[in-house]
Amino acid sequence: MTAQFLQFLFSGITIGATYALAALGFSIIYNASGVINFAQGEFIMLGGMAAALLTAQGVPLPLAIALAVVVAVVAGLLVEKLAIEPAKNAEVVTLIIITIGASLFIRGLVQVTLGKGTHALPSFSGDKPLELLGATLLPQSLWVLGVMLVIVAALAWFFTRTLQGKAMLATSHNKLAAQLVGINTKAILLVSFGLSAALGALGGILVAPITNTSYDVGIMLGLKGFVAATLGGLGSGAGAIVGGLLLGLVEAMTAGYVSSSYKDAVPFVLILLVLFFMPRGLFGAKITERV
Amino acid sequence: MKRRDLLELATVAIATMTLAATSMGAYAQSGDIKIGSVLSVTGPAAFLGEPELKTLQLYVERINAAGGVLGRKLTLVSYDDGGDANKANGFAKRLIESDNVDLIIGGTTTGATMAMVPLVEKAGMPFISLGGGVVIVEPVKKWVFKTPHTDRMAAEKIFTDMNKRGLKKVALLSETSGFGQSGRKETLAVAAKHGIEVVADETYGPKDADMTAQLTKIKGVAGVQAVLVFGLGQGPAVVTKNYAQLGIKLPMYQSHGVASDEYTKLAGNAAEGVRLPAPSLLVADSLPANDPQKPVVTAYRKAYVDRYKEDVSLFGGAALDALMIGVDAIKKAGSTDKVKVRDAIEATKGFVGTGGIVNMSATDHMGLDLSAFRMLEIKNGNWTIAQ
Repeated sequence: MTAQFLQFLFSGITIGATYALAALGFSIIYNASGVINFAQGEFIMLGGMAAALLTAQGVPLPLAIALAVVVAVVAGLLVEKLAIEPAKNAEVVTLIIITIGASLFIRGLVQVTLGKGTHALPSFSGDKPLELLGATLLPQSLWVLGVMLVIVAALAWFFTRTLQGKAMLATSHNKLAAQLVGINTKAILLVSFGLSAALGALGGILVAPITNTSYDVGIMLGLKGFVAATLGGLGSGAGAIVGGLLLGLVEAMTAGYVSSSYKDAVPFVLILLVLFFMPRGLFGAKITERV
Repeated sequence: MKRRDLLELATVAIATMTLAATSMGAYAQSGDIKIGSVLSVTGPAAFLGEPELKTLQLYVERINAAGGVLGRKLTLVSYDDGGDANKANGFAKRLIESDNVDLIIGGTTTGATMAMVPLVEKAGMPFISLGGGVVIVEPVKKWVFKTPHTDRMAAEKIFTDMNKRGLKKVALLSETSGFGQSGRKETLAVAAKHGIEVVADETYGPKDADMTAQLTKIKGVAGVQAVLVFGLGQGPAVVTKNYAQLGIKLPMYQSHGVASDEYTKLAGNAAEGVRLPAPSLLVADSLPANDPQKPVVTAYRKAYVDRYKEDVSLFGGAALDALMIGVDAIKKAGSTDKVKVRDAIEATKGFVGTGGIVNMSATDHMGLDLSAFRMLEIKNGNWTIAQ
């Protein structure tokens, strides 16, 4: 009984950690611009695909990871420079729609150039599962969890302790005021796209050994990541983590104890309930709009 | 102003669409044998329709280069239904009424096929479908034939093998995709006939990252002797990895949906010992030299790979079989008289296709039996024919 429960728990944590990593990327861009970047899933896909293809070419894993992150960052910067920046005075909704277009473009480009096949990335520290009280966990899941915690800590430090981080937050709260106190808001937006692309790519690389990767993994990870981010409260690092893990756990427990047919339905009901009673999510900041 | 722009745009769009469609049909000359086809070349079923169209184009070209049929050239009149059954119906009408084709191949999906069936039945048009569903040929319809095997046959092949090994209690884990759900339905439908009891019935999403929860649940079911996974692409590979992670030692069966090298590559060592039914086309290299299908499948593979630089799929193979059965029937009928061609298709016997040996009859408009599938086992990362 406990073994079974533990296994469901591990399964939920593994899935949840991948959602949480995707959710973090949404939060950063939201913090800098109020925009929900629907191309975030594509950054995740780019990281995983680039790393898998490079290692298949014989590039050592650490170098492949570094290069894959660079590829995604370049893509993120290009999206900002070529699609978001020219429309800088547009409304937030317009910008969100632009990111959807960018995501379709990136996905299509990868599909045409790299093909529709699925690729595998070797695990970082072997495939031998760790056993605990009769349940098993892949070492790769620990990698995902560990790196996720490091990223959250680093982001918390960045947003509260560094000038750049504070400038980013200031820009999201009031762009005009931020400009008046001398913050280069254009550069802030560019940096935030680069940063979230890097985070997304890292997430994509970490989960690739568990889920495999193909040109269209970004759709699912992006969607679930967005749901996790909304659940936890957009813009909150802790919220992204809690939202992601909660989503994963609810899915795994539903599949285990109720029926796998309801696995995808139950989390969505949960989200509706949470958003109904707490419209800003579990950890969302209480913002009062000034009239 | 804006509305007028939109109107103009729409007119231009419609004009180009009709132009494209007519230009495809226009180059047919009188005297040619006209093969009509409606395929889902774009849209959600594009991965089926694209290789089908490519195969038809390639082989119509090859047949013409070799002198055509009955001294006449073949012309392919092809429309793309985009995966929409309503469009398939419209295009079938056009093929029958204005293109005056001699034979129709297609209906990539079961839905598109069933939308075309009433028209071909009414017009008396020989029609060979590429859809997988059993409903296409059951009950038998006078003018309707099909070439691909059904998911029910895959399930039956698996159950036959399970019976040989004395496995009676089976857990089913199916994908929520169309393929997985069709497989689930057929599996549940034929299980009792083979004396198999399905003791667990779980599902997973095609893009799910982890299926250990479902597998743990299956592991906990009393008396389960084997696990059958019905899915397509990367999902089954993740299931296989999770299976190894949980250390489940029961025999695992997969469906023909994973019969590609991608699966063994993705699942790696975890796939050792997995059994699955696969059509000969996908294991062309592993077939013994005296196998009657060997020359057919290796020749098709070579021709297709040389031309398109991508691997063959079952769907393209089904299109090739449909074309060849049609061409054979026209040769035997000695003309394109529709009644004679239909009778000749129904009389097809011992036709060696990529999907198996086809023996049609008045009661069987598919003509394949379980020998069309080979039971394979993965050994040392390679496909071997299981005994």
